[in-house]
Amino acid sequence: MKVLVPIKRVIDYNVKARVKADNSDVDLTNVKMAMNPFCEIAVEEAIRLKEAGSATEVIAVSIGDKACQEQLRTALALGADKAIHIETDATLESLHVAKLLAKLVEQENPELVILGKQSIDADNNQTGQMLGALTKRGQGTFASKLVIEGSNAVVTREVDGGLQTVSLALPAIVTTDLRLNEPRYATLPNIMKAKRKPLDVIAADSLGVDLTPRVELVRVDEPAKREAGVIVESVEELVTKLKTEAKVIS
Amino acid sequence: MSVLVIAEHENGVLKPETAKVITAAVKIGGDVDVLVAGSNVAAAADSVAGIAGVTSVKLVDDANFEHQLAENTADLVVELAGGYSHILASASTTGKNILPRVAALLDKSQISEIIDVVDADTFKRPIYAGNAIATVKSLESQKVITVRASAFDAAGEQGPVSVESLSNGAANSLSRFVGVEQTESERPELTAAPVIISGGRGMQNGDNFALLNGVADKLGAAIGASRAAVDAGFVPNDMQVGQTGKIVAPDLYIAVGISGAIQHLAGMKDSKVIVAINKDPEAPIFQVADYGLVADLFDVLPELEQAL
Repeated sequence: MKVLVPIKRVIDYNVKARVKADNSDVDLTNVKMAMNPFCEIAVEEAIRLKEAGSATEVIAVSIGDKACQEQLRTALALGADKAIHIETDATLESLHVAKLLAKLVEQENPELVILGKQSIDADNNQTGQMLGALTKRGQGTFASKLVIEGSNAVVTREVDGGLQTVSLALPAIVTTDLRLNEPRYATLPNIMKAKRKPLDVIAADSLGVDLTPRVELVRVDEPAKREAGVIVESVEELVTKLKTEAKVIS
Repeated sequence: MSVLVIAEHENGVLKPETAKVITAAVKIGGDVDVLVAGSNVAAAADSVAGIAGVTSVKLVDDANFEHQLAENTADLVVELAGGYSHILASASTTGKNILPRVAALLDKSQISEIIDVVDADTFKRPIYAGNAIATVKSLESQKVITVRASAFDAAGEQGPVSVESLSNGAANSLSRFVGVEQTESERPELTAAPVIISGGRGMQNGDNFALLNGVADKLGAAIGASRAAVDAGFVPNDMQVGQTGKIVAPDLYIAVGISGAIQHLAGMKDSKVIVAINKDPEAPIFQVADYGLVADLFDVLPELEQAL
C-alpha cells in the first residue's frame, strides 16, 4: 500500500503571529517556520503503517516556494521514502491545494492519503475533505485511531459529542487529530541519510490547475485586546466581584 | 439572494448552534431556507420552523442520513444547492466534515469559521489561533461558509413556517458507520453553556477533575479542559477547549490550573468574563483574565464551592 502525506510549512506553533503595521497581512519576516503539527502526526502515522507492514511506500509532498523543501527533508529524515515538491510562489487557497493534490493522486495512485486536519496558520480545516470530494474517495477526518483491515481503513474520529468510528473503503483520505500518535524526532544519522533520498520538483503550472484567487484578503487586524484584569486576594473577594462588579453570577 | 443553512442535530434533537448560524444567515440577507437531513428528524425540522428568520424548511428524513456521514450528505447538499447564493453550516465537527466536501464538489473556495458578516460577500474570520482577524471577500458566485456559532447570538422565535419533505439523496458507498462512544453528561454542552469551568495540567490527574463538579453544580456550568489535560489522559477529547478543540464564549469562564498556552486562549478568550486560578503568578492565563487568583487550586476549589 502506497501512502501519500501532504505537509505544509507554517509558522512554528510556539511563535505568536503579529499583524503588519499596514494591516495587509500577518508579518512572517524572520519568523521561525516549521512543519505544521498536524502534518507531523500524519507523517508519523504513515511511517508507523510502514513499520507495521501495512504500507510499502511513504511519499511526502509539499506545495509552495523553495523553502518548503526544508520540511520535506524533515519528513524524509523521519522515514518517508521519497518527497515531491510542487513548486509555486502563488498564495494558494485550500481548494487550489486540493486540486493540485488530486492531480498527484491521479499520477501516484496512493491507496491512502493522510493529511493534517488543519494548518495552524489559516486554520481552514478544508483540504482533506476537498481532496476526498475531488478524488471521489471516502474520508475519515479528525482521526484519533487508524486501523487497516483488509480493503478498509477503520477510523476513530474525534467529534463534538465523543468518538465516532467509520469504515472507509480503500482508497481513502484520512485527516489527523492531535491524539492519533506522538511524533518521533529525527535522529542525526537519519537527517544525514535524508539528504540522499529522492526529492522531485514539479512546477505547479505544469499540473494544469487554475490557481486564480477566489478569495481576496481585504485586511488583517489585531484581535480586540482584553482589558487588563485585577488580581484578587481571596475566594471571598472573587465571589463578591463576580456578583457585584461583573454581575455574571447571582 | 438566498441562503441555505444546514441544520445540526443529534439524536433527533436540534442543536443550539443552528439558531446561531441562522442569525448569521439573516445578517447576509434574503430568504433563509434550512435543510434538516437525518433519520427520525421530523421533530428537529419542526423546531427549525419556529426559529425567527427562517423562510422554509427542507426535510430529508431517510435512513441514508442517520449518521450524517460526509460523503452522501455532501452529495445531498450539492443536489439541493442550486439557486442559493450562500450555503452555511456550523463550524462544528459535523459542519467541518461535510461543508468543504460540498465546496469542492461545487468548485468553490470555502470560507471557514466566520465570526462576523460585513456584507453579503465580506466576512471576518480568525487566523493564526485567533492572533489575527482577517477580513476576506469571496469572489465566488456561490459562497460556501462555516460559521463559528459562539460569535453569534441565537435567533429568536417565530410562528412556524412550512416544512417540505423531500426524498433526495442516496446511500453512501464510500464509508460506513461502525459505532459511536458518546459522552453522557447531565451538564450543559460546552458550546452552549453560559458558565464553563475548565481544568488543566494543574489538576494532576483525572480523579481530581471531580473537584470541579461541586462548583459546576452550583453554577450550572459545563466542564472543559485544556489540551494538556486531555493529552495526559485526565479527561476525554470532547472536553477540550482550544484552537483545535471547542471554541467557546460563555458569560463566565473559570480556568483552573491552566497556564494559558496560545492554543487554549484561542478557544476561550472571547468569553465575557474570565477568571484564572493558578498558583504560578507568571502564568500567561492571567494576562487575559478579568479576575486572577494566585493560589493552590486544591485549597481554592472547596472554598469556592462553599462560597457560592
